[in-house]
Amino acid sequence: MVTLAKDNLTKADVQDKLKEIFSHYTGDRQELIPLLQETQEKFRYLPAAAMREIARFLHIPESTVYGVSTFYAQFKLTPLGKRIIRMCRGTACHVRGASKVLAEMEKQLGIKAGETTEDMEYTLETIACIGACALAPTMTIENETYGKMTPKKVAEVLGDRSKAS
Amino acid sequence: MTEAKPVKDNQHTIYICQGTGCVSGKSLEITEALSRAVAETGLSGVKVDFTGCHGFCEQGPLAIVEPEGIFYTHVTIADVPEIVASHLRDGKPVERLFYKDPVTSQAIMYHNDIKFYSMQQRIILRNIGHINPERIEDYIAVGGYKSLRKVLKGMTQEQVIDELKRSGLRGRGGAGFSTGTKWEFCRNAKGDQKYMICNADEGDPGAFMDRSTMEGDPCTVLEGMTIAAYAIGASEGYIYIRAEYPLAVKRVRLALKQAEGKGFLGKNILGSNFSLNIHVKEGAGAFVCGEETALMASIEGKRGMPRSRPPFPATSGLWGKPTTINNVKSLATVPVIIAKGADWYAGIGTEKSKGTCVFALTGKIANSGLIEVPMGIKLRKIIYEIGGGIPGGKKFKAVQTGGPSGGCLPENYLDQSVDYESLTAAGSMMGSGGMVVMDEETCMVDVARYFLSFTQAESCGKCVPCRVGTKQMLDILERICRGEGRPEDTDLLQKLGEQIKAGSLCALGQTAPNPVLTTLRYFRDEYKAHIEEKRCPAKVCPKLISFYILPDKCQGCGICARECPTQVIVGGKRMVHVINQDKCVKCGTCLDACPARFSAIVKVSGETVDVPSEPTPVKAEKPKASATA
Repeated sequence: MVTLAKDNLTKADVQDKLKEIFSHYTGDRQELIPLLQETQEKFRYLPAAAMREIARFLHIPESTVYGVSTFYAQFKLTPLGKRIIRMCRGTACHVRGASKVLAEMEKQLGIKAGETTEDMEYTLETIACIGACALAPTMTIENETYGKMTPKKVAEVLGDRSKAS
Repeated sequence: MTEAKPVKDNQHTIYICQGTGCVSGKSLEITEALSRAVAETGLSGVKVDFTGCHGFCEQGPLAIVEPEGIFYTHVTIADVPEIVASHLRDGKPVERLFYKDPVTSQAIMYHNDIKFYSMQQRIILRNIGHINPERIEDYIAVGGYKSLRKVLKGMTQEQVIDELKRSGLRGRGGAGFSTGTKWEFCRNAKGDQKYMICNADEGDPGAFMDRSTMEGDPCTVLEGMTIAAYAIGASEGYIYIRAEYPLAVKRVRLALKQAEGKGFLGKNILGSNFSLNIHVKEGAGAFVCGEETALMASIEGKRGMPRSRPPFPATSGLWGKPTTINNVKSLATVPVIIAKGADWYAGIGTEKSKGTCVFALTGKIANSGLIEVPMGIKLRKIIYEIGGGIPGGKKFKAVQTGGPSGGCLPENYLDQSVDYESLTAAGSMMGSGGMVVMDEETCMVDVARYFLSFTQAESCGKCVPCRVGTKQMLDILERICRGEGRPEDTDLLQKLGEQIKAGSLCALGQTAPNPVLTTLRYFRDEYKAHIEEKRCPAKVCPKLISFYILPDKCQGCGICARECPTQVIVGGKRMVHVINQDKCVKCGTCLDACPARFSAIVKVSGETVDVPSEPTPVKAEKPKASATA
């Protein structure tokens, strides 16, 4: 069971933002996933109020929207940090020591994979494979790819953050 | 080695690779710097352009100067002025950036002379690295869309299907079903509306064949898809791409728009009666959506859960209509088969597996990258000749094909032919093209645990044997890795694995136990060592290994203590350092940190090393430079 995030968004805020998204959809059931993707892009996660509005817009039960949102790894029901760090856990990365890099990253950020730092700066995720296996172990921060990672290079890619703290 | 050809004045195109690997090596900045330098030098005949992934990611960032085909590796921004002044202006190629053969150390100037490329046969990847993937004109210039024209101007649906059937092309997504026959079923199915789907939901960890194809030559995928849609009689098409591949999504969308602009898509394509619209659907991160019925459920906006077959998609697919689903690589092959003919294609490969296959060669291998080879090639040739063998003088242990659902094959299978039947017989599978090489430092129990943790997490939960069974198998493997394995565990794993295979609806559950079953079959000794001796032979499983500092070698330099992330190494100046075994997290940082000339730290499993419990003064003499081993 995934719990929905408690947030300070008012229904009006959500409706306002969704109105613009809904304007380029027809309300057909098959639009659910693209709608959720665009909503998440806007809010950085799926607020409960938005999921309810989407259910109404597509004329489907709220439980269906919840079911689809929790089925796919892409959808997040809690707010994400400003920058998302994705650690590749692909096979090539695994055999070249990705788990040590992940452990170091968790240690430096003080959070576990799947969590967000308290200052909402970073969200740490693992990903099945980013398809840059020749650079294993790899990771990305937003759209930047970092290859041939080592535990030592973790501080380097986090850069100023670790120096500041 | 080819003789140097004279370089013609000022008529060059320098292509920079902008595949993911090279981009992370700053190839975007290199392209920019080159453009600027070329403009500043006033070389009007020189064009700076970019391509998709060359496949030789290990050597990146890569650049290739056409028309000569001169190949540069490990290019940096600092190299740009020299490339421009020496090569592009003065006609003297920059030798220090040539590829060095790892065996002969010879510098190789031309792309075609490099073994990694010369031993491949590129059909699916034919254009990648040689054309700009964001310009349809480049694709047309190398013969693109000629096949679609040929089909629409003079071939019936039956003729196209017959050509495909005779070519022997089998689905490159992994199952290996005849592509032509699949099309025929769909064409013969009754229905007013039919759908053509391209499965680009490449989710196997350790695989990037489809990604590179879409990023490097998206037009060929669209052309193949359009021909397929014509053959089955579909007027609507979908490309289902992982959202984790943003660049592939972008390039495919661009190629779609350009194809529409040129009249290769849309209404009455090339003046024929055939019309086709193609939509892009982005996957939302569920591995099981690579399974065709789950993929269709996902396009319909539902949870991506497989359903039982029959009915097969050919008769009842997307929204209950006849549907064909083909993999990216199958579709990329289609235009070539149409252009060169079924007989030509059927002449490549083995009796039952025709043509070529693409592999993402990764893991403990010198030349990581993307390769395309004829079916029937030996594993040994791929690993040792194209792949350049295992780096660091380590010993080969296993090769894993078929992604998380495939099996791990040991050394005596290296002379195995690579084709659908042989790999299945060995307990592995062709899969969609991941090939991960493992060496003596890879623990096979840990690898099996790793794969199962992946499939277990990705199980959609519909079938009990898959949902509950994989969890049980994972629990058992985890306790074996922790050194808490029980004697009956191997039999239990075997039994569970067979039951999950028999009792699951889709290929995910039917193949999830493969890594465990093959490692049990070929590497049972390692399971035994973990269970009976509480020993990890590859020294990987953290609970079963220990690190010790040898008093007769330690010089008391203190580097290990400084690097230790948990600060459990005690010592002092000129004191033999000691690791607190109770607190050590077995990360191995100290082993890497200890200077090679001292080599004072050892990693052991299943044994203890007698060392002092408190720091003692250093007695060892400083090793002389010549005495280091």
